[in-house]
Amino acid sequence: MTTTLETRDRLAPGAASSSLVEWHYSPSLEATDHFKLASRYNLFIGGEFVEPHSKRWFETINPATEETLAEIAEADNEDVDRAVREARRAYEKVWRKLAPSERAKYIFRIARLIQEKSRALAVVETMNGGKPIKESRDIDIPLSAAHFFYYAGWADKLEYAFPNRNVAPIGVAAQIIPWNFPLLMAAWKLAPALAAGNTIVLKPAETTPLTSLLLGEIIQEAGLPAGVVNIVTGGPQSGAAVAGHKDVDKIAFTGSTEVGKRIQRAVAGTKKKLTLELGGKAPNIIFEDAPLDQAIEGIINGIYFNQGHVCCAGSRLFVQESVVEPIIRKLRDRIGTLRVGNPLDKNTDVGAINSRAQLEKIQELVDSGVEEGAEMFQSSCSVPDRGFWFRPTFFTGVAQSSRIAQEEIFGPVRLKKRTTRPTGCRPASGLKKDRGF
Amino acid sequence: MSESLVASTPIFTPAVFRRSLGDALEMAHGVDAVAADERAASLAKRSLKKESKVWGLKLVISMMDLTTLEGKDTRGKVWALCQKAIRPDPASRDHDIPHVGAVCVYPTMIPFVKQALTGSGVHVASVATGFPSGQTFTSIKVEETRQVVAAGADEVDMVIDRGAFLSGDHQKVFDEVAEVKEACGPAHLKVILETGELANYDQVRKASLIAMYAGADFIKTSTGKVGVNATLPVTLVMLEAIRDFHHVTGKRVGMKPAGGISNAKLSLAYLVLLYETMGPEWMTPDLFRFGASSLLNDVLMQIRKEKTGAYQSGDYFTLD
Repeated sequence: MTTTLETRDRLAPGAASSSLVEWHYSPSLEATDHFKLASRYNLFIGGEFVEPHSKRWFETINPATEETLAEIAEADNEDVDRAVREARRAYEKVWRKLAPSERAKYIFRIARLIQEKSRALAVVETMNGGKPIKESRDIDIPLSAAHFFYYAGWADKLEYAFPNRNVAPIGVAAQIIPWNFPLLMAAWKLAPALAAGNTIVLKPAETTPLTSLLLGEIIQEAGLPAGVVNIVTGGPQSGAAVAGHKDVDKIAFTGSTEVGKRIQRAVAGTKKKLTLELGGKAPNIIFEDAPLDQAIEGIINGIYFNQGHVCCAGSRLFVQESVVEPIIRKLRDRIGTLRVGNPLDKNTDVGAINSRAQLEKIQELVDSGVEEGAEMFQSSCSVPDRGFWFRPTFFTGVAQSSRIAQEEIFGPVRLKKRTTRPTGCRPASGLKKDRGF
Repeated sequence: MSESLVASTPIFTPAVFRRSLGDALEMAHGVDAVAADERAASLAKRSLKKESKVWGLKLVISMMDLTTLEGKDTRGKVWALCQKAIRPDPASRDHDIPHVGAVCVYPTMIPFVKQALTGSGVHVASVATGFPSGQTFTSIKVEETRQVVAAGADEVDMVIDRGAFLSGDHQKVFDEVAEVKEACGPAHLKVILETGELANYDQVRKASLIAMYAGADFIKTSTGKVGVNATLPVTLVMLEAIRDFHHVTGKRVGMKPAGGISNAKLSLAYLVLLYETMGPEWMTPDLFRFGASSLLNDVLMQIRKEKTGAYQSGDYFTLD
């Protein structure tokens, strides 16, 4: 059963609709004319942007408009091999030998350059990934700079941080990052590895390579020794080549549980070290004595932030039965105020879904929820004709065993269950054992 | 009186509910300060441009309680203020600037204000009940209220007894509001909580609910006479209480932030807060007011800027 919300009616039952005054916010678009993207981006290997051995490029698009933004090089095994060789050479010859305080200087420089170019980076992040400009402007880019600043400060203190331990770099790190926070994930991975003295082959997500490549330009400008950071772009095959390369000492992967398992299998029995940061199906639990209006804000931020493309998104909600009615009413009203649309508009709360494939996955799982008998509530907001969009949605009456309660949706979709248990603990942990979060 | 079933004043939103302190306290759960601050801050980031900005600013003017509450107020000053209230921008050739909501003064000024505003549609508002401290006898508060209404006030801004509230005597606060409400007769009662003295949001919510259950038509943040006046998060917390009260009783209570709202941008942030919390029903001077003494000229300046594309000097707007 599906109900489309007429939110305004719910705010004031019986209100005379003729006297209602809607305030239409005029478009407030972030400017895009203060920078220029290249028409084609090559691989960043050994401190240079080089054409791929494959001689193949693919188009990267704006998911809000489906327009092509640039052509991106597709790395094949040869390219990845070359990147790993460069990283190995830079590790042995330069980076591991450099005094930690010298490494810190480079990292500080990268942080400052990110701050300097933050406006362009924010706009590109939004255009390539679909997230609202207010999030890329206020969260992704400032946090990316903050991570480089933070780890720069660690570089020359590691020696003293762990008494009686000899802190040493591992070597060449293969880092594979997802599309939900493209630049921020690159910062999370690059900054600590650099500070500790490792060299890197970074593989950005297929759908969101642009800010990583702009970061490549920043790294070039910062004068980081050639080969310390290499960036190879491409699809799953490029990722597999990076993860599977025999001369890599460490793999750091953030992404889907499914791909994480594949990497884990491939790494088993080798000496490679591995870090996996995978999916989740995180529960939020609300008791009757909670401040309800603020709990609603927690729910909203938990699942509709970044279109729900968050590995720790609060995608399941358990509510004590005595406050189910007000929570559902308030949640419906609040969802109705979410502004869905052009991610470059400064007033947009929920932007575009990252890719067609992701949209199809969300749709498929939501359909299965409806089919399994859960009740769906969806915002009645209008969405643009072109691009990939999904209205903020939540389900009630979801069985623990249903697919949407078990599998990660990674979209703006929330499940609500009621609980009479004041502790709420058992249902919250009643997931499949191999959930991986 | 607190347990009797009475109808609230019919001139605004007729609703029948039990005037009960117990009901008020039952609804008074805690408020998470971090999340409330964050929500208010995120709404303050809305970017309003062009038509939506002008539309909002005109609404702000129509919601303004142009205020002067000084010991040095004179008939002449109040008269000038009333002219400004009726025609905020005489230089505007399009005659598209609305009059303000009300002129708010001390009781002795009511007759002059009443005379100056006759036929204009601008309401006469007066403070009462031992404003701003409220530290006087209940009988005097009630009598003062009767007299300001008799003198011609359409709206009465009372203060709660913060001393009683903070010492836990909720019953006294409730009874006083209820008595003043009775004394108001047809006049519209705004209850000032003086949120700057209530210490935290939990107390703000509790005081809001007590005032509403005792019969307030409006709840108002501040007198403008203490260190901390209206803030966005306090207004959000009060609006959320109004929303919950409306859901239970069906009565629409108005909201009036006052004090410190002195520029157009901030006033628009309040309007956004109102719109996205309460929806379009509350976007009317009947249910939202700004208590302000120095906001109007900045709003006029911004409207002029949208019209002409250039900022005018402050010298082109009257000082009243």
